[in-house]
Amino acid sequence: MKRNELKSPDFQIPCHGPAKSHKRKYMDERMILEIKNAVLGYRGKAVLQNVNFTIETGRTICVIGKNGAGKTTLFKSILGILPLLRGEILLDGRSIERWRQRDYARVIAYVPQARTLPFPFTAFDVVLFGRTAHLSHFASPGKRDRQIADECMEKLQVSHLRNRIFTQLSGGEQQMIIVARALTQQPLFLVMDEPASNLDFGNQVRIISQVNRLKDDSLGILMATHSPDHAFMCNAGVMVVHNGKIWKSGGCNRVITEDVLKEIYGVDVCICSMKGIKTCMPVIGN
Amino acid sequence: MMTVGRGKLVLGILAIVLTVVVVFSFTVGRYSIPAGDLLRYLFTGEYTDENLPILIMQIRLPRILIAVLAGGALSVSGAAYQGLFRNPMVSPDILGVSTGAGFGAALAILFSAGLLGIQLSAFATGLLAVFISLTISKIIAMNHDRILLLVLSGMIVSAMFNALIMLMKYIADSESKLPEITFWLMGSLTNVTLHEIKYVLPVILLSLIPLWLNAWKLNILSFGDEEAKALGVNTGQVRLIIIGCASLLTASVVAVTGIIGWIGLIIPHFSRFIAGPDHRWLLPASFLAGAAFLLLVDDISRSVSTLEIPLGVITSLVGAPMFLLVLKMTGKS
Repeated sequence: MKRNELKSPDFQIPCHGPAKSHKRKYMDERMILEIKNAVLGYRGKAVLQNVNFTIETGRTICVIGKNGAGKTTLFKSILGILPLLRGEILLDGRSIERWRQRDYARVIAYVPQARTLPFPFTAFDVVLFGRTAHLSHFASPGKRDRQIADECMEKLQVSHLRNRIFTQLSGGEQQMIIVARALTQQPLFLVMDEPASNLDFGNQVRIISQVNRLKDDSLGILMATHSPDHAFMCNAGVMVVHNGKIWKSGGCNRVITEDVLKEIYGVDVCICSMKGIKTCMPVIGN
Repeated sequence: MMTVGRGKLVLGILAIVLTVVVVFSFTVGRYSIPAGDLLRYLFTGEYTDENLPILIMQIRLPRILIAVLAGGALSVSGAAYQGLFRNPMVSPDILGVSTGAGFGAALAILFSAGLLGIQLSAFATGLLAVFISLTISKIIAMNHDRILLLVLSGMIVSAMFNALIMLMKYIADSESKLPEITFWLMGSLTNVTLHEIKYVLPVILLSLIPLWLNAWKLNILSFGDEEAKALGVNTGQVRLIIIGCASLLTASVVAVTGIIGWIGLIIPHFSRFIAGPDHRWLLPASFLAGAAFLLLVDDISRSVSTLEIPLGVITSLVGAPMFLLVLKMTGKS
């Protein structure tokens, strides 16, 4: 996919068009998510110490680190699923504990990694579930909500999957549907846990292109990835989770070096530049 | 949009089926009433057979009412539990409601507590069993998966109460009490009168409403706790409402009918097959289908032989093959 295609100006998220009359008050606003002096982990077992960072809308941050380094723990804490052991998370200057679950979900959406769905819901049903945070207590989605769900599916070019059973879709299609569900939440931040894992090469490229488009539509994106290349493709900020802390952070060109990759993954890598974009080539020895 | 149309259609068809089964149930039994006589009595109040009014109003009506309520309530309870536990193989007694109630009934029978005593005791211990399951899962919560813990706690509590039931049977007088306990555990609608229905009906209605109001959130819980939270659902609260109401439904039914197995497992399955997985349609569809099913089962129970066959026997005999059939059908699509 060509670089200029990624920035088509007509592409706007949160959903445009008729949705405007129902605009949420946070729309078009800039917002900041801050994590201050936090200790993250499970009861009695700290996984990450001294976590400090800030995410803004309109930026992409890639989180890299080896398996089990604590990326998912970090995400669960940010989503409010896992309580902090110490420190605080501030969204829009307000502590996460003072946000109601529903209001929080209107600002931050989650694209999880593995999923099992025990019942045969259609792809459209799944996307529509994203509207839950916008519904009043006992209400179910109305015409408006269906419209928004349809628009989000259209934007990700998955409208043709509308009436298919979710569990019968391929991994790539499921991933796109879940991204559509997250967009239906009309969030300002998107937390994506390895969105490209389990996808074939083409779908990986497609999902990264989408991430770039969403960033241009001023969403803040926090994305875990196993491939440092993704950080280069998104021209993203990078956070390295290593040895129980956030070891390094900064722009991808500065943080991702051959030495750093050697330290994290324990393998030799050669970083080369192709047409202005860097890429990582593993050095397969002997 | 399509699912909404389908849901309405299915509910309409099920309502018609239930009505037909209700009318049919008035006519069958040891003393059969021709459908024409029944309808004439219902619409004009005229009758030629002098036994007709008593038979219809005093004997068949309470029985039909309780069959509809019990079948519907057990099925809705099963559907709600299956949604909550994200597992279509779950039945309403997953948290020990039925075995708990069984123990309460056995205990009351042992102390010759009378019909009301048995019902109250069964109701209370049924809810107590669920409460113990919830408490156990809370105590050992830590970092485990809450849903898995609940299932395990339910198994533990069921096992305990099963052992206690066995103990009750062992020490019961084998001439009078033991048969009574055994028969109670197999389920029957024989002793139910309008009097019991007066108490059971409000409890059932009051439990059905919160379940139905939370049907959409129950859909979201299919994705598991963490994703549901990220989608903005207060999962702890919803879980408590669902467990509370579903348990109330089962406990109040079991208290007056004894243990009727299988319905809470197969009817939600069958209903999901015809009405789809959306709980907003699945819950009412389960109620109608369950009501019609138990009514038919009770018709068989009271008309096949002079001796009433326990309901549990028929629901299992009919239910098991039907379950296989439904599984095969769902597998195809």
